[in-house]
Amino acid sequence: MAFNYDKYLRVNKMPTLWCWGCGDGVILKATIRAIEKMGWDMNTEVCVVSGIGCSGRFSSYIDCNTVHTTHGRTIAYATGIKLANPKINVIVVAGDGDGLAIGGNHTIHGCRRNINLNFILINNFIYGLTNSQISPTTPQGMWCVSAQNGNIDPTFNVANLAIGAGASFVARESMIDPKKLEKVLVKGFEHKGFSFIEVLSNCHINLGRKNKMANAMENLNWIDSITVPKKKWDELPPEEQMNKLATGVLREVVQPEYTDMYEEVIKAAQGKRGKITQDDFVKKI
Amino acid sequence: MAREEISTGNELCSMAAIDAGARFFSGYPITPSSEVMHVASDLLPEVGGKFIQMEDEIAGICAALGASMTGVKSYTATSGPGISLKAEQIGFGFIAEIPLVIVNVMRGGPSTGLPTRVSQADIGQAQYPTHGDFASITLCAGSLTECYTQTVRAFNLAEKYMTPVFILLDETIGHMHGKAVIPDLAEVEASVVNRATFDGAPADYKPYDVPMNKPAVLNPMFKGYKYHITGLHHGYEGFPTEDAVQCEFNIERLVGKINTVAKENDGLDDLPDYEEYMMDDAEVCIIAYGSIGLGAYEAVNKLREQGIKAGMFRPILLWPSPAKKIAEIGVKFKDKIFITELNMGQYSKEIERIIKRDDFTTLLKANGRPIAPSEMVAKVKEMM
Repeated sequence: MAFNYDKYLRVNKMPTLWCWGCGDGVILKATIRAIEKMGWDMNTEVCVVSGIGCSGRFSSYIDCNTVHTTHGRTIAYATGIKLANPKINVIVVAGDGDGLAIGGNHTIHGCRRNINLNFILINNFIYGLTNSQISPTTPQGMWCVSAQNGNIDPTFNVANLAIGAGASFVARESMIDPKKLEKVLVKGFEHKGFSFIEVLSNCHINLGRKNKMANAMENLNWIDSITVPKKKWDELPPEEQMNKLATGVLREVVQPEYTDMYEEVIKAAQGKRGKITQDDFVKKI
Repeated sequence: MAREEISTGNELCSMAAIDAGARFFSGYPITPSSEVMHVASDLLPEVGGKFIQMEDEIAGICAALGASMTGVKSYTATSGPGISLKAEQIGFGFIAEIPLVIVNVMRGGPSTGLPTRVSQADIGQAQYPTHGDFASITLCAGSLTECYTQTVRAFNLAEKYMTPVFILLDETIGHMHGKAVIPDLAEVEASVVNRATFDGAPADYKPYDVPMNKPAVLNPMFKGYKYHITGLHHGYEGFPTEDAVQCEFNIERLVGKINTVAKENDGLDDLPDYEEYMMDDAEVCIIAYGSIGLGAYEAVNKLREQGIKAGMFRPILLWPSPAKKIAEIGVKFKDKIFITELNMGQYSKEIERIIKRDDFTTLLKANGRPIAPSEMVAKVKEMM
């Protein structure tokens, strides 16, 4: 039986504003299927928060309480929503410009706090909505409207940033294989703590056109050529590892979650925890 | 009934917030406002509320807006540089109509300025804190007691008008330590205003479908009323639009729900928007607010001892300004108006706008030092 997306979509907002062939729609569908797998009640249990950029429209298409915040601040808004409502499942969607450039600081600290947010970072290697300026993930040497003679800015490895900042779940997947993506999303949603899920996506319009990948397939083939499953990546010699992005779950550890730890603070403040030394408190959280 | 607290302005501010129903604080440390945060960290978890110190000023207001939009009363505190950083998010609060109380304990500026010294130079910033058209509500505490009572009022106005509200303290008031006579908790709780909600069928709910000059009706989230909040111009359902008629209506409503309402009702609530001291028989009017008002009481007394009938007008609701009363003062006192403030004349400009004259005398200071009553007395004597 065909999957009923309409149950989760704001059908009257269709068609989406995304370009023909854009990967965002594939990611939206995979996210919806992952929500269905989780069995979350869209009326009372889910919040979708997005920022500015093509990915910013993500929230307006999903039928639940949704917030389209300002540029780069998704995680900061979502932190307030989650801390005030710890039982709500919060999905945060941002692009590479949104989450890594203007919002980089919030991404770092969301990871560090290990607050239970599901952060989907759609990495299409470019500022798409504003028409092809370099983002922190645009490969060196590519042509963009804000790098008219080629991009010299070093690219940064997003997942390594998340791991370094302490996210307890870090994964990378491309939207080329939606089933795989759905599985990774479910794993991220199930994980208690900050789930950082980087999803590689295409922007043949604003990245591809200037870089010999003017249609979606060429852009996807390029993504395919730079990604390797984690197991295979581990076996690559270091010089080859530098040029490839490992996909799959890259880190999954159990760490105390922020809103859980805050419950201990409330207990302490309300005197419900009895006398406790500073050392004991550290052990408890 | 009243109770007494011995505390500082900043601490009273946070105590008032919690008594007014705030259950969420997020912010970032900054002198001279940090004590507002310290008390929040201490007292909020006691009542089951949440406190979080964020990674920067911007995140400080984002998290508070995030919590507030779900239905939890929230506040943040900062000083001038922090307001500058929060500016874009304040605009989000205005257009999306998210209630929020923003405490600004003013220090010298611009930029890093004079971090530990007093100033009232953020008056203009409070009126226009961000880009675009909107109307701001700004209260200014002139005593320890008012740090408490005006903070409660700020929460009530935020909920009533669905908008960010500023409560301005200056460094002197914020750090002043002393006795404050404040209303009993029961009295405060009885005065609490909560945002309106829609009780009909979820399918009929349109959060922004309200008449001209009325605030949006944002139901608490996760209770079956699914809607979309955006910083873009939006239609009645909250979804982005660029429709010219709708956008014009949105802006007229955002400005009108505060400015037009305040003009028609002579204020935004039933509480006093200003204080008059010895004004009945006064021949010269001192206009001062915040901590400078405290010095002005003494200046009035000293002048009267010396045979000059002085009085003081102290605005509490700075924006929208109590224009009707200021216009009356302009007519009654003619050129015998003396304005004193800790900036280069930011509120003097508003007085000039209302009375349509600039023949008043000013005593302005922007060097981080307070204005002594003796300085006011000397200047008023020159006028007479």
